[in-house]
Amino acid sequence: MIFTLFQSLVLRPLLTGMIAFRALRRNTMRSILTALGIIIGVGAVVAMVAVGNGAQAKIESQVAALGQNLLIVFAGNRKSGGVNSGLGTASTLTLEDAAAIAREVLDVVAVSPEISTTAQVIANGRNWSTSVLGESPGYLQIRDWELSAGAMFSDRDVRAASKVAVIGPKTANQLFGPINPVGQTVRVKNIPFIIIALLTSKGAGMGGNDQDDRLIIPYTTAMKRVTGDKTLRSLNVQVASAERMTRAQEAIQNLLRQRHRLQPGKENDYNILNQKEIADTVGNISRVITLMLGSIAGMSLVVGGIGIMNIMLVSVTERTREIGIRIAVGAQGFDIMLQFLIEAITLSLFGGTIGVLVGIGASRLTAVFAGFSAIVSTDSIVLAFSVSFAIGVFFGIYPARKAAALNPIDALRYE
Amino acid sequence: MSVPSIAPVIQLRDVVKTYQTGEVEVRAVRGVSLEIGRGDFVAIMGASGSGKSTLMNILGCLDQPTSGDYLLDGVNVAGLARNQLAKLRNRKLGFVFQSFNLLPRTTAIENVELPMFYTHPLISLGVQRRRALAALEKVGLGGRAGHRPNQLSGGQQQRIAIARALVNQPELVLADEPTGNLDSRTSVEIMGLFQALNESGITVVMVTHELEIASYSRRVVVMRDGHVLTDAVNETRLRAEDEIAALDHAHRQASLA
Repeated sequence: MIFTLFQSLVLRPLLTGMIAFRALRRNTMRSILTALGIIIGVGAVVAMVAVGNGAQAKIESQVAALGQNLLIVFAGNRKSGGVNSGLGTASTLTLEDAAAIAREVLDVVAVSPEISTTAQVIANGRNWSTSVLGESPGYLQIRDWELSAGAMFSDRDVRAASKVAVIGPKTANQLFGPINPVGQTVRVKNIPFIIIALLTSKGAGMGGNDQDDRLIIPYTTAMKRVTGDKTLRSLNVQVASAERMTRAQEAIQNLLRQRHRLQPGKENDYNILNQKEIADTVGNISRVITLMLGSIAGMSLVVGGIGIMNIMLVSVTERTREIGIRIAVGAQGFDIMLQFLIEAITLSLFGGTIGVLVGIGASRLTAVFAGFSAIVSTDSIVLAFSVSFAIGVFFGIYPARKAAALNPIDALRYE
Repeated sequence: MSVPSIAPVIQLRDVVKTYQTGEVEVRAVRGVSLEIGRGDFVAIMGASGSGKSTLMNILGCLDQPTSGDYLLDGVNVAGLARNQLAKLRNRKLGFVFQSFNLLPRTTAIENVELPMFYTHPLISLGVQRRRALAALEKVGLGGRAGHRPNQLSGGQQQRIAIARALVNQPELVLADEPTGNLDSRTSVEIMGLFQALNESGITVVMVTHELEIASYSRRVVVMRDGHVLTDAVNETRLRAEDEIAALDHAHRQASLA
């Protein structure tokens, strides 16, 4: 009994598979062309999902590069005579605000006031236009940034408004070339700064600004000696953990409204950017894009499946006589159906295997051109395989049933 | 020489077959009763439209009679399901067709193995190969196992078809115009093969419209308009060996002249 079951469930399908395999081998060229539809479909799905995942990872790493659990408080928009000057232009954010946030908001780990300007810097007989940032010593920790040489300026430098600077690798390269910039002097608005440290490379930031091209000086120095500003453009605030971001944001909101004496119903004169929110938004967008790319590729998989059905229908018509002979010598409807079904599944699984390889190759190639690494996920490979198997079954079943239902008398006479 | 035994392989009782083609009802077989004993060699003759092909399809379990009974080896076939008929064809019947009906681009031995693929319970591949080779040797083509049909002559192809019909040791070999596509000498050779098989105990039923071919059988059934017209033992049975010898002699004479 068990042996009979084993025969009909395992051995007979194996034997039928052998017949199906022989038939496919007899039409090698046609089999390959038929599988091509699935190869392209599966390849496209694997490659698109890989590229999408790669892009997502890249964007997420850029968001993460902003720093750990970062809130950025911008000064409000300055309105004069109906002209809006944009975020950070209003003179509402003060050093006292920064100190108050650091002192009073529970979850805040570090605060760095930020002054930002663009200046022509001169050194070593060369000049270069770069962005000059006034920051506090905690800035590097907030931004999760490392130094490749030297040491960050200290709180004493801030108190003394020392003329010291940390230089970005690109700026250093423009001004000093291969020379070690640490210990050199750079002139900003004719004021000489001693370079005390070199930043590691961080690449392009969100929005494409080059984070490697900058000069970081104590914010006090920036305010007193470079820009003359009395107020801040923005504050970088680091929160203890991701879960406390919302709570900290609300606390800062309340504190600033109170400090700026804003009546209820009056608009905020500042703006808070939440890194977690940015990350979530960007993550969602890239997930949607990945899904979209994947489903477009998935459509070509369906087209490939229709190709298989088409060829299987042709094959059934063409081999009507063969089917007639098989039925005459004792094949049951199930045997014939299984034979053609296995042919269809073999075609689509073969296409799926080659397609996965093509997809991996294509995503490697894309990575070379797009400048980020595509991530081929096991999920997408497993999915592509199961989908191509399902396509084989789905698009194979109709031709297979048609073959099994043939009348042997007519089939044997078919010309 | 074996004598037809008492237990019949085939018993037809008042078999009727009607087709509905559009509005018209075609009564192809109109009440045929027939018994064919084990070891017999029957030729069924008749003009086209006489119902002989329909009768052949019923005998071959490819078609079911509209009414009447068909007992194959004592089992009533009427009312059996498609799958049961398939099993019956596989175990008890061997088919030989006018147009050979071999699988193209498939070797002779694979063609002969074909019925064994569908035998319940399964036959191991090694046994399949051995039995197929034995069948090929029986029809004199042991050396052509690896050839494909398009590399073989018509006579050789028909021999492969006969080997395929024999490979499952059937009760009955059904041949439908087996020499229809062959020249006269090859036809005689094929008839010789059938006679040899018959003499070794295999029952053969053959449909033909050629009297010459029918005269190699033991018994001739003539059909007309769906009825059996005559059913008689063939008193003037030809022996293929003699005919071939005669043909060779004539050939020699012709080339000497």
